[in-house]
Amino acid sequence: MELGPYLILGLLEGLVTAAVLALMALGLSLVFGVMRVVNVAHGEFFMIGAVLAWWIADAVGSHPAFAFPAAGFMAAILIAPVLTAMLAMAADQLVLKRLDYDPERTIVATIGLLYIIQQVTLMSFGPDARPVEAPFNHRLPIPFVEWRAGGLQAGGLQDGGWQLYWPWGLGTTSYKLFVIMAAAVLITLIWLVLTRTRAGLVMRATRIDRDMAQAFGIPVGRVYAAVFGLGAGLAALAGVLIVPIQQAHYLMGHDPLLLSFIVVIIGGLGSLPGTVVAALLIGVGDGLISVFFSPTLAKIIATLGVAFVLIFRPEGLFGGRRQ
Amino acid sequence: MTVLQTARQKSWGLHLGVIALLFLLQFVLPEYHHGNFSRIMVLACFAMGYNILFGYTGMLSLGHALFFAAGLYGMGMSMHHLGWPAEAALLAGGIAGVVAAFGVGVLALRTTGVAFMIVTLMFAQAGYLTILYFGDYTRGDEGFVIAAAERIFLGFELTDPSFRYGAALILFAVMVVVTLRLVQSGFGHVLVAIRENEERTRMLGYDIQRHKLIAMVISGGMAGLAGAAYGLLFGYVGASFASVQYSIFPLLWVLLGGAGTVLGPLIGTLFMFYLIDWSSDITTAYMLIAGVALVLLTLFAPQGLAGTLRQKLVRWLP
Repeated sequence: MELGPYLILGLLEGLVTAAVLALMALGLSLVFGVMRVVNVAHGEFFMIGAVLAWWIADAVGSHPAFAFPAAGFMAAILIAPVLTAMLAMAADQLVLKRLDYDPERTIVATIGLLYIIQQVTLMSFGPDARPVEAPFNHRLPIPFVEWRAGGLQAGGLQDGGWQLYWPWGLGTTSYKLFVIMAAAVLITLIWLVLTRTRAGLVMRATRIDRDMAQAFGIPVGRVYAAVFGLGAGLAALAGVLIVPIQQAHYLMGHDPLLLSFIVVIIGGLGSLPGTVVAALLIGVGDGLISVFFSPTLAKIIATLGVAFVLIFRPEGLFGGRRQ
Repeated sequence: MTVLQTARQKSWGLHLGVIALLFLLQFVLPEYHHGNFSRIMVLACFAMGYNILFGYTGMLSLGHALFFAAGLYGMGMSMHHLGWPAEAALLAGGIAGVVAAFGVGVLALRTTGVAFMIVTLMFAQAGYLTILYFGDYTRGDEGFVIAAAERIFLGFELTDPSFRYGAALILFAVMVVVTLRLVQSGFGHVLVAIRENEERTRMLGYDIQRHKLIAMVISGGMAGLAGAAYGLLFGYVGASFASVQYSIFPLLWVLLGGAGTVLGPLIGTLFMFYLIDWSSDITTAYMLIAGVALVLLTLFAPQGLAGTLRQKLVRWLP
């Protein structure tokens, strides 16, 4: 097979990564933007989403009333993010609020939360990876064009030209396409909420000036709790979406956490369009580089890249000047 | 005699007393705890190095595993691949820590606060991945063992538990003396001034960047030396020592013991080591203890054990 089909395959896999990454990074970016909290435990909320999805799908799927295959997944995608958001809100009230959202101390505390969540999952869920069945999973072969030279061939004299063919092994599944579309819809929804609704206005006001927002009667404490919950819920949603592709495991939060840090920093801290563009860049770039080079090398380049962006261009590659 | 001089004498007395106590302990400790204490003393040196930067200068690094691993691999690689003797390899480890800290420092010190934390974290992560990437030489996650026959330092066989304890104690004592001298010197006072009020210290005419860089190099050098000694004493070099966990540990030890105190790192390492040792008998999820400790410490005792002690009782504690 030539280079072209590989590129398309890498691109599609990359788009799935990018979709999940964008959701997760958006949560991280919201929390940082509004609360100035760097949430190191964000990857664990992603993991909890996936683990809860397995639990819910298992419980619902075994119940005779919901015997059809998509039921478990449908229940998981509705319930898991809400449960995770509630857990995050409790953590906010119990820990972060008491630290008065001091940037450095909250990082240490969220490192603690990371280990607590991860290890409690290890104790209850166990060390095994567990799958969740996708609600639908049709294989879709992808056509590709190739140039055929004209001339005398087995079937007689043929004209040269571009022809469609289906390269062997080149395909995706309907579920993967669904993940990409679901992420796009959700991101648009969040953008609408942030820019067009009263809740979004309140969040933006709190982000720009916490004290002034408080003075104007905005319940800053409740906004913080809600934003932290929303951020965690988005990570959990990303976890639920990915779990039919990649199994649930108690250590699965580590890589996405690193990648979403990279995305948020390169996209410019707290900027929504920047985050989405960076997620596309990193997701697709990761997919492409991993197809052609070693994934470890790709990660080394990405982590060093982030360090250098933070050092030399702290506002991010796409972000504007910070206020 | 001034108050300052009395305080200095008291603190030298206390620290030399602690070293003497550790020396005497080796005769009464049962075998298992004897070994543990050797490890704790070397790890406490790592924590003391971390404390120079975090406790005294007020800069929270999340990448000290890089310096520990630089020392560990600087020592291990020069013995394993170049066949260097242990003395030279230990020195090579310390130098590797210094060089790594200088390189990271020059770049990372352009940032402050949260950005500094993330930049150091990313550099350490890149270092960890690099060790995995060059698995042919480093043996990656699996690591390699340093043969007992090579672990001879100045004629002493480090496989012998009592020599090992002695070596760990000497390293620890040297680190305590160095730290104590450092924090009592004018340079140490400038570091504390930077921690308390960076802007004001700048206004007083001190070169902040230079002081921070030197603090970072000292901190990284101590971590590197501790890493080299750890590999040499216990005979194993592996990539897990470069992972994020080993950047979190010194932070945890220092926080628990008391940031900005000379003995805090030892106290924190001692408590955490036994807490984890004890809990790993019960469950595989022993890192849960570390997580709970981190959250509780930031919430209720940001000063740590020795810090709280200083606040409440002994104000002269350095």
